[in-house]
Amino acid sequence: MATAPHRRAGRLTTLAYLFLLLSQNIAALLLLPLIIISAILTLAWIGLPFVILTGTLLRTLADSQRRTLARLLPKAPHPSAYRPIPPAGITRRSATIITDPTTWKDILWLISGAANIALLAIPATPLLHGTYQLLFSLGLTSPTLYGTYTPTTTLHQLLILAPSAILLTLGCLLLPPATNLYLRFNHLLLSPSEKARLTARVAHLATSRANTIDTQTDEIRRIERDLHDGAQARLVALGMNLGMAEHIVEQDPRAARAMLTQARETTRHALTELRDLVRGIQPPVLVERGLHGAVHALALTHNLPITVTIDLHGRPADPVESAAYFAIAELLTNTAKHAHATHAWVHINHGRNRLVTTVTDNGTGGADPTPGSGLTGIHRRLDAFDGTMNITSPPGGPTIVTLEIPCALSSPKTLPSSEKA
Amino acid sequence: MRVVIAEDLALLREGLTQLLQAHDFTVVAALDNGPDLHTALTEHKPDVAVVDVRLPPTFTDEGLQAAIAARTQIPGLPILVLSQHVEQLYARELLSDDTGGVGYLLKDRVFDIGQFIEAVRRVAAGGTAMDPAVISQLLARQDQSGPLAQLTPREREVLAEMAEGRSNSAIAGRLYITEKAVSKHINNIFTKLDLPPSSDDSRRVLAVLAYLNGQ
Repeated sequence: MATAPHRRAGRLTTLAYLFLLLSQNIAALLLLPLIIISAILTLAWIGLPFVILTGTLLRTLADSQRRTLARLLPKAPHPSAYRPIPPAGITRRSATIITDPTTWKDILWLISGAANIALLAIPATPLLHGTYQLLFSLGLTSPTLYGTYTPTTTLHQLLILAPSAILLTLGCLLLPPATNLYLRFNHLLLSPSEKARLTARVAHLATSRANTIDTQTDEIRRIERDLHDGAQARLVALGMNLGMAEHIVEQDPRAARAMLTQARETTRHALTELRDLVRGIQPPVLVERGLHGAVHALALTHNLPITVTIDLHGRPADPVESAAYFAIAELLTNTAKHAHATHAWVHINHGRNRLVTTVTDNGTGGADPTPGSGLTGIHRRLDAFDGTMNITSPPGGPTIVTLEIPCALSSPKTLPSSEKA
Repeated sequence: MRVVIAEDLALLREGLTQLLQAHDFTVVAALDNGPDLHTALTEHKPDVAVVDVRLPPTFTDEGLQAAIAARTQIPGLPILVLSQHVEQLYARELLSDDTGGVGYLLKDRVFDIGQFIEAVRRVAAGGTAMDPAVISQLLARQDQSGPLAQLTPREREVLAEMAEGRSNSAIAGRLYITEKAVSKHINNIFTKLDLPPSSDDSRRVLAVLAYLNGQ
């Protein structure tokens, strides 16, 4: 399915990619001397900061090439499998870069840049020449051909069309085999080894596990504080009120009655606090109705009109439902606070073993996942499930946030009864 | 008046039973799970039922489901649903059959025994008893735009009281105004919201709730 558009777009698309690949390889050739210089400087320690700089540049460039390759070869993915660079310490950061085997494979790719350019030039040269000659014969360039030959009659000028046509045809014929060869060669160079892939995966899992534990610890600390300062304190006050009422009920029934009224109020406050706390841990409606009912319930109490469409045949696991619910709730809160929107849409479905949620609004856009914003919180939550979040929010809107969480659906236990609502 | 109680916590079940018996209700059944509740509702056809949303065996919304199912079999069967939390979604489902005789209250409301008993009687009589939390959420949601913005603060108070299900005299008592003033406010509200006037109390409340629900 995914390859169909590529095939249909055919030669023109391949042509566009040809020039993209060429420019990436030229950039690679330019980067090579920088890397050599930083390698030499490293011998005298002062090169280490340069290693970090060039190493990062190398990763960016190789990754952009990987992405281009992934577009052209959708069936053979090229995940980038670098060891994460530690946040601080020149020696540690440069050591990570130098000892990462993927760096060395990347350098091999840089060195083969010349060969790559030569390979790409096979179809590119006849195509460029053919185009030049075509433009010349149509009188669109300077009156001399290659600066040497000036045709005197129109017939002479048009005669150039013949070699132009030959060259263009040749270029078109050479384009597919040359790009195919290029793709295979570079796939070999840039696809990570199984070991590198697993190392990168382990590093990612370690980070996301640490984040998950941090988030959970914060959460538990918050709950402890809320219980300690809230419901627990109120129950103490309640006990005191009741004790005092009991003590004075015979001497002063009127005061005892006032204390009992106060005790009732305190109980009500404690219940309200506990209710809010429970809602923050696991909203009861999520337990009772699953994601389907909970998102509908959320939409009903939201200030904006929200259209909810859910297309799920079964229920995801409880932790996934909870993560998705809180992410949606957070996104809708953001929409209400910042987006100046008049309508929002939530769409949930399941495909390719992923729970896919999109939250869209017609607001002013410009949502920015800066560190510390609610969006990074969502990101962390999803990371625990290998989930991803994608934000498209150009200035002027609309904002579209897509959440994907890998999960399977259980068979439908009970059909959602809220259909009739 | 014959009443069925469904609540899985023994302490609360006993409390409710004693409370209602002390106010001249006859408790024909006090149960602790969903399937039994359904049988009791359809067999006893009580004058009113007091039902907890969450019940065994699933500990989800078993009680609510049983209530809604019983009301489809016996339209208008009066049921007061109690819960630890209120959801607009559930309120909407309870109101959707448009026959009245429903209530939906937080369990906290039992604290005020006088008002709670009044709510039970109102539901038994075919009226409604909606929790103030449900109504304030509905009002807040419709606030920014539309005809609700045209109401005076006093009219909003009357509207909230009415939407909870109270009669004119009860509203008058709570707001310290005369019944005549209440009906004047209500007439104004109906004109401003463009609702058809109705002399039947419970019909009138259902119209207001449907309006607030945006149905």
